[in-house]
Amino acid sequence: MESFGTVDGPGIRFVAFMQGCPLRCQFCHNPDTWDPHGKCQYELTPQQLLDEVLRYRSFIKSGGVTLSGGEPLMQADFAAEFFALCQAEGLHTALDTSGIFCSGRALDVLSHTNLVLLDIKTMNPDLHPRLTGQRQDNNLRFLDELQQRGIPIWVRHVVVPGLTDNDEWLHRLGEHVARYSVVEKIEVLPYHTLGTFKYQELGLRYPLEGVDPLPADRTQAVRQLLSAYKPCL
Amino acid sequence: MYPIRKHTGEEKTFFRRTGIHTVTAPRDVFPSTFFNNHIYFKNMVLQDLQKDFKGSNWKREIDVRDFIQANYEPYNGDESFLTGPSEKTKKLWSILSDLFEVEREKGVYDAETKLPQSLDTYGAGYIDKDSEVVVGLQTDAPLKRGIFPKGGIRMVEKALQAYGYELDPATKTIFTKYRKTHNEGVFSAYNDDIKAARHAHIITGLPDAYGRGRIIGDYRRIALYGTTNLIEEKKRYFKRIDIQEFTEEIVRHREEISEQVQALKQFERMCAAYGFDVTKPATNAREAVQWTYFGYLGAVKDQDGAAMSLGRVCAFLDIFIQRDLKNGTLTEEEAQELIDQMIMKLRIVRFLRTPEYNDLFSGDPIWATASIGGMGIDGRSMVTKTDYRFLHTLYNMGPSPEPNLTILWSERLPEQWKKYCAKVSIDTSAIQYENDDLMRADLGDDYGIACCVSPMKIGKQMQFFGARANLAKCMLYAINGGRDEMTGHQIAPRFAPITSDYLTYEEFMPKFEQMMRWLAKTYVNALKIIHYMHDKYDYEAFEMSLHDGDVERTRATGIAGLSIVTDSIAAMKHCKVRIIRDETGLAVDYKIEEGEYVPFGNNNDETDSIAVDLTEKFMEYLRQHRTYRNAVPTQSLLTITSNVVYGRNTGSTPDGRQKGVPFAPGANPMNARDVKGAVAALASVAKLPFQHSRDGISYTFAIAPSALGKEKDMQATNLVSLLDGYFTPNGGQHINVNVFDRQLLLDAMDHPEKYPQLTIRVSGYAVNFVKLTREQQLDVLSRTINLGM
Repeated sequence: MESFGTVDGPGIRFVAFMQGCPLRCQFCHNPDTWDPHGKCQYELTPQQLLDEVLRYRSFIKSGGVTLSGGEPLMQADFAAEFFALCQAEGLHTALDTSGIFCSGRALDVLSHTNLVLLDIKTMNPDLHPRLTGQRQDNNLRFLDELQQRGIPIWVRHVVVPGLTDNDEWLHRLGEHVARYSVVEKIEVLPYHTLGTFKYQELGLRYPLEGVDPLPADRTQAVRQLLSAYKPCL
Repeated sequence: MYPIRKHTGEEKTFFRRTGIHTVTAPRDVFPSTFFNNHIYFKNMVLQDLQKDFKGSNWKREIDVRDFIQANYEPYNGDESFLTGPSEKTKKLWSILSDLFEVEREKGVYDAETKLPQSLDTYGAGYIDKDSEVVVGLQTDAPLKRGIFPKGGIRMVEKALQAYGYELDPATKTIFTKYRKTHNEGVFSAYNDDIKAARHAHIITGLPDAYGRGRIIGDYRRIALYGTTNLIEEKKRYFKRIDIQEFTEEIVRHREEISEQVQALKQFERMCAAYGFDVTKPATNAREAVQWTYFGYLGAVKDQDGAAMSLGRVCAFLDIFIQRDLKNGTLTEEEAQELIDQMIMKLRIVRFLRTPEYNDLFSGDPIWATASIGGMGIDGRSMVTKTDYRFLHTLYNMGPSPEPNLTILWSERLPEQWKKYCAKVSIDTSAIQYENDDLMRADLGDDYGIACCVSPMKIGKQMQFFGARANLAKCMLYAINGGRDEMTGHQIAPRFAPITSDYLTYEEFMPKFEQMMRWLAKTYVNALKIIHYMHDKYDYEAFEMSLHDGDVERTRATGIAGLSIVTDSIAAMKHCKVRIIRDETGLAVDYKIEEGEYVPFGNNNDETDSIAVDLTEKFMEYLRQHRTYRNAVPTQSLLTITSNVVYGRNTGSTPDGRQKGVPFAPGANPMNARDVKGAVAALASVAKLPFQHSRDGISYTFAIAPSALGKEKDMQATNLVSLLDGYFTPNGGQHINVNVFDRQLLLDAMDHPEKYPQLTIRVSGYAVNFVKLTREQQLDVLSRTINLGM
C-alpha cells in the first residue's frame, strides 16, 4: 500500500498493490508480485481496505484509489467489491491492468471502474508471447470492451531498448489506439533497472541482464512520435 | 433627578460632539479628568485618508483590521499581471550579491565594535542611494552588524572575537561596571537546578543571553496613523492607568508606557535622518511601504530578538497600491519595485551571534516572517495582488531564506492562488504553509506568525519566548533516576532509577511522569526569571509601542524529541527491550530483543495516540504553574535546526536510536521510519493536538519533483491536494515544503560557490543550504526522500 501515489492515475491516489500475475514480462520490476500465493504485507477484506483508504480521505478527494499489482484482475471478486464500496463513498477508481482477463468476473470490475490504466506491452504479435509469456488477444479485446462501455483509458507502454524500442511498432501502437475515442493519453514508461535487486532477492535470473535503461533523449523522441496519435507523456 | 443648571462651555462642546443634548447630571459626577483630558473624545487626525478610505472605527481609534476589512479588494485572478525586476532593483541586488560572497567567506561582512545599537545610533545608510525606492539600513552600511550589549556584554564580546573583532574597552566598561545586562540579571537569579539543567542540555536555547524576540510590532500603524496619533493614544492610555492603588504592576506598566512614547519619538528622529516625516499618516503607496518598513527597521535596530517577524502586511499595503494604481500615480512596475525593494531590505537584516548560537539556529536566520494570504472571518479571501507580488520577489531576485514567507492556507482560498503558491514551492523551496482554518477560529483574521509557527494577533498579543526542553533526555533521566546518560552526573533530583534488566511500560511510566513534573517546574521557573530580567534590562519599548496598551501575553515553551519518546514507549509496549548498563549502573544503551513496533508517522492510531497523550501530558504539567505577568502557557513542537545538536547531546534511546544521532526536526517522525508513504506521515502529524500545542506544530517535508507528479502542472495540482488534505479544519498546523532532488544537494555540498541562493526549508524556517554546517547538511540529505521511481 502506498498512501501517496502520484503516477498511477490523476491526482493523489491511494495505491494498493495486489498479489499475483499471470504474465512474466521480461522487464517487470515487481517480480515479487508474480506468485498468487506469495508473501503479502496485508491480507484484508474489501471493507477493511476501504476503511484504511478512508483514513486518507481528505488527501485523495480530488485523486482517488488505484488497484495495481501484480494483476488486480487475478482477484476480480475482491476488486469488484472494493471498487463498488469506493464509488459508494464518492471516490474515483482506477484499475492498473494488462487486460489479460477479458471475461466474466473480470468484466464485472469494470462496472465500478472510472479509469483504466491499460498496459499494452507491444503490438508485435510475434514479440508479445516472448516478452510476456502470453498472447496479446485478450489485451486487444479488453480495449474493445472499454470502448464499448465508454470507460476512459490511459495506455501505458514500456519502452525497452532492443525489444519494444522500435519505431515501426511504436507507430503501429499509435495507429491502433488512435481508433479508440476512450483512450485519453499514452504514457511512455522508459525501461529502468531499479527492480533488478528484487530478482536477486528472489533467486531469479534477470532476463534483461546487460540491457541499459532507456536514455532520456530517446524517451522524449518516443513521446514525440506517439503524440502524433494521442496526447503523450 | 438633578436640578437643571447652566451648561459650561466645555459641556456644550461635549454635547455638540456627541450629539447628546440633555444631560441632567451635575458636573461633579464626572471624574475630574473627564473634560480636561479628552479621554472620551477619540478621533484620529488622518488628513486625506479620512475621506479616501471607507470604514469608521479605524478613524476613531487604532484598529488596523477595520481599515483592511473595509477597504481591501480580494484578487481571484492568476499571476499573469506580475512584472519583472526594475533596473534599479537589479542594480541593487547585484551590489548585494557581491557583498554576500564576501560575507560567506568571512562569516560576517563587517561589525560594529563600539556603539550600542538603538533606533538612532546611526544616521542614514544606503546601498546605492539613487537606486533605492525604499530606504533604511540597520547600521550605517549594508550587512554591517550592530551590537546589543543590553542583552549581554559577554555575548557581544565573544561574537566579535569569533570573527576577529575586538570590543571597544569603553563600551565594555560601561556594560560591566555601570550598566547591568539582561544576561547578568538572569544569572544573578538562576538556581542550581536551572543551571544544571541548562548545562546538561535538557533545557536549551533559552533566551538568557540574547533578545527573546517573537514580538511583532504592528508596523502598519505607523503608515495608517503616523506617530503623532500613536503617541497621543499612548498618552491617553497612560492616564487611564492612573488609578487609586499603585501596585508594583501598575508602576511598571506606567514606566513601560513612558518608554514606549520615548521610543516613538526616537523613531521619528530615525526616519527624519532619511528625510521622512512619519509623524503624519502615509499619503500614498510609496509612503505606506516606506513607513511600514521603517517600523520593522526600528524594531531590528532596537532589538536583536531571536525571531524578528514582520507580521501581516500584504492586504494593508495593497489598499494603498490599488488606490494609486487607479489614480494613475503608480504603475504595476513601480508597485512591484516597491515590494521587491522592501523585501530586499528584509533579506539583509543581520545580527551578530556567537558560534554556540549558530550551532542551534544555523544559517543566520532572523525570521522576518511575513504572513501571506488567509481568509477573512466574513468568508472572503484575503489574497490580494500584493500577496502575489510578495511571492514574486522569489523570481525577481531569486530564492532566499528571508523573509520567511508563510502562506496562511485554507481550502477555500482561490484555486489560482493555491496553484501559484504550489508552483513557487516547486520552483524555490522557499515558502512554508500554515493552517488558517485551524488558527482563525481563535485568532481571527488579523493574526500573524512570529518566528516559525507561533501565531499571535497583530498588535494585541505578544509572547514570552522559551525555547525548548529535551523530552528524550527527560525519558532517559526517568530510567536513570535523574543522572545524565552522557556524563553520569546527577542533574534531576535523585529519584529511584529503573533497575530491572528489561524496560516495561508499567515500570517506566510513573517514573517518567515524575521526571516530566520536575522538568516542567525547572523550565517554567527559568522562564520566569528570564522574562522578568528581559523586561527589566532589555525591554522592547519600540515594538511594544506598536501594540495596544492592554496586551495579551503568552508564554511559549517547547519540546524536542517527541517522535523518539513516542517510538520508545511503543517499543516498551510491544517489544522486549533490554537495558544495557555501564559499570556504574548507568543505562547507556538498549537492545530490542524480541518483537516489532509501529513507529510514529505511519498513521497507526495506537502509536500516534502515544504522541498525542505525551503532548497533552507535558502541557498539563506546564499549566500547573503560575506564569510571569499572567501569561497564558503554550508550547510548540519545533526544533529549528537544533535537532542536530539535541541528537549530539543525547544518549541512545529505547526506540533503537543510537547515541549522537540527530533527532527528527519538530514534530517529524524519525528518519526512514515512516514507511507507508508521505500522506501517512502527514496524517500522523495532523493528529497532534493543536489545543495542547498552541504555539505551533512544525512538520518538514522534502520530496523529489518526480515523486510529486510527471509534469510540472500536475506536480502543482498534487501539491495543492496534499496541502488541502493536510490542512483540514482540525488537521495539521504547519508544513515546510521542499521540492528537490538529492543529487542537487550533493552537488551543492561539494560546490557551494555554484549555489549561493539555494534555499531549503528546515524546521520552521528557510536557510541557504550552503550556510549550514556539514553535519546539518548531511542531516537534511538523510531526510530527502525520492519516492516514485
